[in-house]
Amino acid sequence: MTAVDDRPAISPEIGKDRRRKEDQRLITGRTRWTDNIALPGMLHLAMVRSPHAHAKILSIDIEAADKSLNIYEVFTGEHLAETQGVIANAWPITPDQVTPTHLPMATERVAFAGEIVAVVVARSAAEARDAAELVDVEYELLPAVLDLKEAAEDTVLAHPDLGTNKTAFWQLDSAGQGTGRPIDEVIAEARADGIVIEREYRQQRLIPAFMEPRSVVVDPTGEQITMWSATQIPHITRFLLAATTGVPESKIRVIAPDVGGGFGGKLQTTPEEWITWAVARKIGKPCKYTETRSESLISAHHGRDPWQKLTLAATKEGRVTGLKVDLLADLGAYVGVVGGGVPVLGAWMFNAIYKWDAYQFNCTPVLTNKTWVDAYRGAGRPEATYAVERLMDELAAEVGKDPLEVREMNWIKHEEFPFTTVAGMTYDSGNYEAATARAKEMFGYDALRAEQKQRRESGDRVQLGIGISTFTEMCGLAPSRVLGSLNYGAGGWEHATIRMLPTGKVEVITGASAHGQGHETAFSQIVADRLGVPFEDVEILHGDTQVSHKGLDTYGSRSLVVGGEALVLAADKVIEKAKPLAAHLLEANVDDLEFSNGRYSVAGTDQGMGIGEVALATFAAHNYPEGMEPGIDAEATYDPVNFSFPHGTHLCAAEVDTETGQVKLRKYVCVDDIGNIVNPLIVAGQVHGGLVQGIAQALWEEAVYDDSGTLVSGSFVDYLLPTAADTISFEIDHTTSPSTSNTLGTKGVGEAGTIASTPAVVNAIVDAIRQFGINDIQMPCTPERVWTALQGAGSGAATVEDAMPHFEAEEGQQ
Amino acid sequence: MIPAPFEYVAPTSVEEALQALSEHGDDAKVMAGGQSLLPVLRMRLNAPEWVIDLGRIDSMRGIRDDGDAIVIGATTTHHDVLNDALVKEHALLITKAATEVADAQIRHRGTFGGALAHADPAGDLGAPALALGAEFVIVGPGGTRTVAADDFFVDLFETAIGEDELLTEVRIPKHTGWGAHYEKFVRVAHQWPIVAVAATVKADGGTISEARVGLTNMGSTPLRAGGVEEALAGAAASEDGVREAAEKAVDGTNPPSDLNGSAEYRKHLAKVLTRRAVAAAAGG
Ligand SMILES: Cc1cc2nc3c(=O)[nH]c(=O)nc-3n(C[C@H](O)[C@H](O)[C@H](O)COP(=O)(O)OP(=O)(O)OC[C@H]3O[C@@H](n4cnc5c(N)ncnc54)[C@H](O)[C@@H]3O)c2cc1C
Repeated sequence: MTAVDDRPAISPEIGKDRRRKEDQRLITGRTRWTDNIALPGMLHLAMVRSPHAHAKILSIDIEAADKSLNIYEVFTGEHLAETQGVIANAWPITPDQVTPTHLPMATERVAFAGEIVAVVVARSAAEARDAAELVDVEYELLPAVLDLKEAAEDTVLAHPDLGTNKTAFWQLDSAGQGTGRPIDEVIAEARADGIVIEREYRQQRLIPAFMEPRSVVVDPTGEQITMWSATQIPHITRFLLAATTGVPESKIRVIAPDVGGGFGGKLQTTPEEWITWAVARKIGKPCKYTETRSESLISAHHGRDPWQKLTLAATKEGRVTGLKVDLLADLGAYVGVVGGGVPVLGAWMFNAIYKWDAYQFNCTPVLTNKTWVDAYRGAGRPEATYAVERLMDELAAEVGKDPLEVREMNWIKHEEFPFTTVAGMTYDSGNYEAATARAKEMFGYDALRAEQKQRRESGDRVQLGIGISTFTEMCGLAPSRVLGSLNYGAGGWEHATIRMLPTGKVEVITGASAHGQGHETAFSQIVADRLGVPFEDVEILHGDTQVSHKGLDTYGSRSLVVGGEALVLAADKVIEKAKPLAAHLLEANVDDLEFSNGRYSVAGTDQGMGIGEVALATFAAHNYPEGMEPGIDAEATYDPVNFSFPHGTHLCAAEVDTETGQVKLRKYVCVDDIGNIVNPLIVAGQVHGGLVQGIAQALWEEAVYDDSGTLVSGSFVDYLLPTAADTISFEIDHTTSPSTSNTLGTKGVGEAGTIASTPAVVNAIVDAIRQFGINDIQMPCTPERVWTALQGAGSGAATVEDAMPHFEAEEGQQ
Repeated sequence: MIPAPFEYVAPTSVEEALQALSEHGDDAKVMAGGQSLLPVLRMRLNAPEWVIDLGRIDSMRGIRDDGDAIVIGATTTHHDVLNDALVKEHALLITKAATEVADAQIRHRGTFGGALAHADPAGDLGAPALALGAEFVIVGPGGTRTVAADDFFVDLFETAIGEDELLTEVRIPKHTGWGAHYEKFVRVAHQWPIVAVAATVKADGGTISEARVGLTNMGSTPLRAGGVEEALAGAAASEDGVREAAEKAVDGTNPPSDLNGSAEYRKHLAKVLTRRAVAAAAGG
């Protein structure tokens, strides 16, 4: 027996449900949220925001504020002038996109209620807030355009100087790009001798509602100006600060410390960051701004909010031949960093897991005088998935078949992978049959169908519905060349560095900046396996551009499938780099060395040394081969060759109280195929959280504006986020079709639950009450909407634009 | 969410509190659990110069048996109310409703008297107090007076408590042995009710002999469903038995329209929920 064989076999880390190593610190309060940061001499900012949706700023009187206690300065947009830079859109979806200039602080005109018009700088946050109340702004009201469809008619303009509200027209046409037949032909055929289903679906406006409100600290006192920000995108922020404020990139350090959630809502460069930056530079002192929840709800970007006009063509038997999508997307008042790119990201996903002859996607992103809209968990793909999965149920009802049967008739068979879709994407792997079979079994599909039938027949007050969503999505943003061809302003690669410390510890630096996902744990597992070192010995560093100088951050379910691969490349480089040194020290030939379980061993002997020993020898550098540098650290940049295409079958049973319209979830089963799983516990967390967020869109959340453009659902009393008490216990499982386009065989999971669950829930509701002639309920499916539909009065009863007044100012007290 | 500056005083007796109130009058607000007052201050919907904290006045807290009534001190928390054996035995409807108030954190700070004094028509405790014929003990510079529930709730956020007065305790006539149910209709668990119905009934052998029914959020104050109560006498203790009586729940109501439901929808709910609440209270 050789020494090597005597060591206990190392059980692989990948696949273990490791508890998250970052959690002990986070849940015991040893945290570094941005708002916890206090610097010597730091000043505090409070923003003055427009209460009007659209108005000309006539004058701003700052005198009273300026004279109040402990006020350092008050600035308006005029004072900040060009030092404030601009807020950029990084993805003009067409070369001639109409993009309003987005100044961090408005100077002449405000375009949504919540836009910043002045900033107060004070010794304390409380004093800043008090003085902000004293800033007197005189406005001249302008007509505001609030309704998306009206905005598309250009009668009232969100930005009069632009001449239109329509920012662009973007099309994907299967005939034009040679991936399918002309859509109009296919629809005409179906009209003549098949089925045409025409629907209009509304995706209500949502608010990402991350747990930690946004916060930013800027310290201009060092050689580099440092910004700490509760952001998902420290690297992109640094780049855009340099690009728009004229400070050399090398003089900018951006740190995303512990960040408490984002869901896309922190995938933005914000007016608040830019203003804090400008103010700190102007006065030469550290400054902090932390938003209140109310400010967050009105001014951090919102999500979703398109109208979808859909025309589905199918044969009489239920084989889909084509889909035409006409989409209006509300961008709000400005085009955010991804902006019109969000609906465009859905373009390749309306055809989902299905094989069609023709497809056309037409998208017009439109400006309105409401809070800007940008990426929110799933970004584009939930909208597409919702439309197609709702339509597949409608088709099934039309042909009188079980909706799963109709889906199976249309989906890509397992043996057909890799498969190039009618939208032109090549799916590497998948097994819709296996995921569906497993989900049906866990769900008890047939028994629930029987119960549904029985309740129908007995006229039960509570009707049962079964909703299906056999979703797929594209994630793992993204192959850089593909992004380039779409005019996206950046690449989609990710970077990693591995530093082998002399004591045997390993420092891993990733450019994917986590904000609650558990990168520290999952990435440690990958590196531990690859380098054969203990999980505990791996330290993951991220989020500080001086440590992690290169990266593209965390969004689009990319961290593992792109960032994880960069780790693998870097680790492999370390192993290769250390090999000649190990050979030298072992006095062996490089070609005779084998590396496994963290050890180099000489083939056919019991000679060997651990990679940690090599690291120590490198540190001492007393003895190393001629011509080799004494260093085994390595870095790597991975650019994915394709997107990642997770899929899954989600089944939801919902009970509808036909007397009140109340919907209660009864059972939720999902079987997701996300390829190989690094950490099942983290995956379960992502799936559960994603499901709740998607279910919340179906049932609860809605950003409602009144007709003057005020956000009525402006607090958590009226913007209904669910808690654990509102959800049920989910039953989740997985099938595994490893991705063939990366070495770990993983697929993204961060957005899967959110993308899949919304249509599953709405399908269940419609399924429960379709017997009463109802084929749609507009989201959120409030009890009143369901009840109204049951009264035969339509599916989209408008939400009354008034909040309950629990905290109203008492009479005579204001 | 930083309130405007205010001065703070925490008296230890009702007399001291009244003294502070009379000194600062219009410029003062009393604070019990702060669960409604603090959000108002933090959102800067109100900016009193003085906040008078009632939290240190021991005599205002606690629950006692007082012959034909139980007496709940105004600053007794929702949590203490819902866990109290006396309340459960003699005013089960209060226990049921207090259980439904907000969430556990808020129930640990918010108070019985504070909720009633706040007089939010969507508050969960007004309708049960009204249904049970509670009496409100109010103390002011002129001494102590007792106001009947029917006269206590004046309008939206307005009660019979004067600006220089305090609500010190609430007397609830005993309804020992009465069945009770609070049917709260919400979209998410931690919400104020869209509509709720408080019902307590005395039933003998499957027949309702007496019933008290209160409605939450069906007008600018909690409402007593008198028509329903009358029609229930002698009704069978089952959903079908109370169906007709429940239809009268909308009489004299004037519900709001808001994000969570239109007035018309609320009227519909009031009937359905009344039927369900009464039947559940009657054990039917
Ligand atoms: C998120 C949230 C959800 C909630 N959900 C619900 C719900 O579902 N159902 C529900 O019923 N309530 C709900 N509440 C309100 C909660 O019940 C509060 O506890 C209650 O409304 C006020 O009680 P308090 O003791 O906190 O009073 P405070 O907030 O301290 O005072 C409220 C008002 O009453 C006055 N006041 C208080 N005590 C007295 C007194 N003894 N004499 C004279 N005036 C007095 C104060 O001056 C103030 O104007 C919710 C509150 C929050 C924040």
